Amino acid sequence: MTISLRNVLLVVGVAALYILEGSTTFWIFSGSWDSALKMLNFALIGAIMSLGVNLQWGFAGLFNIGIMGFVALGGLATVLVAMPTTPGAWSAGGWQILAGLAMGAITIVGAVKMYAYLPKGWLRNLMTFALIAVGFFAFRAVFDGGVAGVEAINPAATGYLGGLNWGGENYKDYGWLTVVAWPIGGVLAAGAAWIIGKTALGLRSDYLAIATLGIAEIIIAVMKNEDWLSRGVKNVNGLPRPVPYEIDLQNDLGFVERAASWGLDPTSASTLYTKMGYAILFTVFLVALLWLAQRALNSPWGRMMRAIRDNEVAAEAMGKNVTARHLQIFILGSAICGIAGAMMTTLDSQLTPTAYQPLRFTFLIWVMVIVGGSGNNFGAVLGGFLIWWLWVMVEPLGLWIAEITTAGFDPDHWFRIRMEDAAAHFRLFTMGLVLLLVLRFSPRGLMPEK
Amino acid sequence: MDFLNAIVAFSNYVLVPGAAYGAQLALGALGVTLIYGILRFSNFAHGDTMAFGTAMTIIITNGLLALGITFGPLPTALLALPFGIAATCLLVLFTDKLVYKFYRKQKAAPVILVIVSMGVMFIMNGVVRFVIGVRDIRFTDGERFIISARDFKEMTGLKEGLAIKTTQGITVVVAIFVVIVLFWFLNKTRTGKSMRAFSDNEDLALLSGINPEKVVMVTWMIVAALATTAGVLYGLDKSFKAFTYFQLLLPIFASAIVGGLGSPLGAIAGGFVIAFSEVTITYAFKKVLVYLMPDSLEPTGLVQLLSTDYKFAVSFTILIIVLLFKPTGLFKGKSV
Amino acid sequence: MSEPFLIGDAMTGGYGKGPDILHECTISANKGEIAVIVGPNGAGKSTAMKAVFGMLNVHGGSVRLDGEDITKLSPQERVVKGMGFVPQTSNIFTSMTVEENLEMGAFIRTDDFSDTLMQIYDLFPILKEKRFQAAGELSGGQRQQVAVGRALMTQPKVLMLDEPTAGVSPIVMDELFDRIIEVARTGIPILMVEQNARQALEIADKAYVLVQGRNAHTGTGKELLADEEVRRSFLGG
Repeated sequence: MTISLRNVLLVVGVAALYILEGSTTFWIFSGSWDSALKMLNFALIGAIMSLGVNLQWGFAGLFNIGIMGFVALGGLATVLVAMPTTPGAWSAGGWQILAGLAMGAITIVGAVKMYAYLPKGWLRNLMTFALIAVGFFAFRAVFDGGVAGVEAINPAATGYLGGLNWGGENYKDYGWLTVVAWPIGGVLAAGAAWIIGKTALGLRSDYLAIATLGIAEIIIAVMKNEDWLSRGVKNVNGLPRPVPYEIDLQNDLGFVERAASWGLDPTSASTLYTKMGYAILFTVFLVALLWLAQRALNSPWGRMMRAIRDNEVAAEAMGKNVTARHLQIFILGSAICGIAGAMMTTLDSQLTPTAYQPLRFTFLIWVMVIVGGSGNNFGAVLGGFLIWWLWVMVEPLGLWIAEITTAGFDPDHWFRIRMEDAAAHFRLFTMGLVLLLVLRFSPRGLMPEK
Repeated sequence: MDFLNAIVAFSNYVLVPGAAYGAQLALGALGVTLIYGILRFSNFAHGDTMAFGTAMTIIITNGLLALGITFGPLPTALLALPFGIAATCLLVLFTDKLVYKFYRKQKAAPVILVIVSMGVMFIMNGVVRFVIGVRDIRFTDGERFIISARDFKEMTGLKEGLAIKTTQGITVVVAIFVVIVLFWFLNKTRTGKSMRAFSDNEDLALLSGINPEKVVMVTWMIVAALATTAGVLYGLDKSFKAFTYFQLLLPIFASAIVGGLGSPLGAIAGGFVIAFSEVTITYAFKKVLVYLMPDSLEPTGLVQLLSTDYKFAVSFTILIIVLLFKPTGLFKGKSV
Repeated sequence: MSEPFLIGDAMTGGYGKGPDILHECTISANKGEIAVIVGPNGAGKSTAMKAVFGMLNVHGGSVRLDGEDITKLSPQERVVKGMGFVPQTSNIFTSMTVEENLEMGAFIRTDDFSDTLMQIYDLFPILKEKRFQAAGELSGGQRQQVAVGRALMTQPKVLMLDEPTAGVSPIVMDELFDRIIEVARTGIPILMVEQNARQALEIADKAYVLVQGRNAHTGTGKELLADEEVRRSFLGG
């Protein structure tokens, strides 16, 4: 890729936005490095999601608006890997739940096979329906018993299966397990993507969109309701961390001394240190994924993908298996979103199913990709950083606008109150506006595909 | 007697709510399907258009109430509805002129229009939050019930009561009225026929001298009316919350697709299919079965197939089944 | 000879910014006349007709209708001026009834068009029989009748048909030609592109053989049928 001046300026410009946030209190900036780093960490995750969506949309033209679901599955993976196993949960019903789920799966597979095997006619429909009905009630009978057993165990603190962390009481010593969970989150998301792709990828783009939107809602509904799995709306708190805890750092004399030599008090030094730790980990992942995506884009495989995107009929006529290729890239892109989701849950140290909202986790990522430049990996990453900055800064920006427009009014004038109130709702409006403006005046994004 | 009780219980918890919900979905799906048929894209801003119309209606309702105007036993919102529709008309026409028209002239791919509608969705969502906030708002007034459960029990002497809320009655009546007017318009008037012609074969419609901009304008106005009506009826029946309306997008799209995108008749059928499936599958049948089964076989559980939180899963599953077995929907819709 | 009623005079042009497909091609039709454009595949037959109808970027020559220069008008404006056009494919509203198709044909008319409707039902009796049936349910030949009927509803001053017999059986083709002759007898000039050159030349009052976007032969149908070179080059002897 040739490095154009324009692209250098764009990167420098976006970087400057983050540096300004940390270094100056001028205008809407807070001048807090802590805030800048926090923003950076989420931006890194956003950029990874954007990379995943760019793979699907930019490379292959697949319209996935169920990103939220894959992100949530990644988050779930973190819990399933890094949280301690709840003592007694498996014997109380865990195995029974698994047995129930297995029965459900066997029913579905059996029904599909039977439908394919039996000759056409009402008998086939009836038998398939009967099999599903019987299978469903058997599944519920076994499954519900297991769930009741697991959820009865100390519901206020656990009431769920827990994860695979063998540390027990000291599970927080195994913080590195969260990093292990990231790729596993990707695998989980890939599995879901495989199921969706198998059923919906042959359909038109709008249908794929609706199907992904639906599956995302269902994944969130499962996480909200299946307490045995994710504690539902009770959330899973206190996930272990791959970086040191602030409190441990503050009690570490060596660290306090070093902080003092930098002229920092222990508290802010420790928060900066942990945030830096996350930032470095995330950057390593982002760079690795970006490198892989670049390799993929410029490989014969990537060229074939773009050929399919630009002319599906011609590609098919040349003997390319379009559906199989689409399935491949759909799974890959979703897996990247899953990885990002696992990273985010790690950063939050908790899994909050109610926090997953499509506007924030699906449509915002789309804004990132479109604004950055679909089809260009660097563009998608740049879009991630820029749009996340905007997402965070829109609120101070709104307050600033409220302030200058109402400067002449009394503090309790209705217009002033209204404007200050409105600042909070400024966010979605701005995102939509940015998306529409870019689509209209620079439809290929800030860093267009070559 | 037990059998009658079972029927009443079933009607009370499944039939009546399902019919009302189905009517709301049908009106919503009609809007989606019209946009799809005429402008040829899936409008993701539809849920937020409904929210905007409802928000406007609520504000005007509050204004009317402040002036001391009510609609007797009926909800005042019905009086405010025409104003809400007018406001929504202005909004969508303005959006079309400012946003969609550009892409129409360019003959942009449908998927680009879908992404554009995502941008519009964000903006409308922001506007709705700005004008009315994010709270849950109830704006039903007037008589609460057409028949209350107690009256019904006294009247019939049955153990089970059948309650029909005013809002449910209004929903069904208004929906039937709207659908009749819409079909009369589409099938009997010159403009309506030109809309169908445009949806059927755009090039030939142009050759016949049909003005595309007029067709598009009329479509947006009808969609605004349908969306606002659907939103207000839903809000009267349940409550208004911006985010809930956004979430309605899924069952509404499911209804339109199940019925066959682009087919108005299909949208109505789809709405009821989705609504009844959702209600039936998430209803705890114990109450009904108690009357039907001998005492010894009385169910111990709730006999609920799925928890109500999985209602999305129901619309989604039906959607997938229909797409796999009959991709153009129950009534032959378009496939682009 | 006086100016023909409809003439595409020395038209040169192509699609969009693409290369020129027509080169000084002249096509005309007079009242009561059937003019036919024939020629080998890729000769620009349909293109020539589309150029007359304004669906092409014509940068040389002109199109005149009844003495008026209409070169700059859009197809829609030409419909208003009195040109009826029946495209080769997708030429009916499949989901609408036969009668609605005809009504849509009369969309630009503000006067009462029930007389025209009756005339068309007289011309195509099968359409009257199936007037309330969806046009998409009809057979190929019947669909073409709907398409022609739709174009006639504006009471055009000239009717242009792009391969009206494409994909119909020989028997249906003969019937369609009979109908077209009947339409021509009402005084409307007809300009028609045809793949079935021999049959088309038999009914043509005037015929154009195009080769590579240029006029190769012009004459009455009979003259061309008798022309040794025309016969040899693409009527198959």
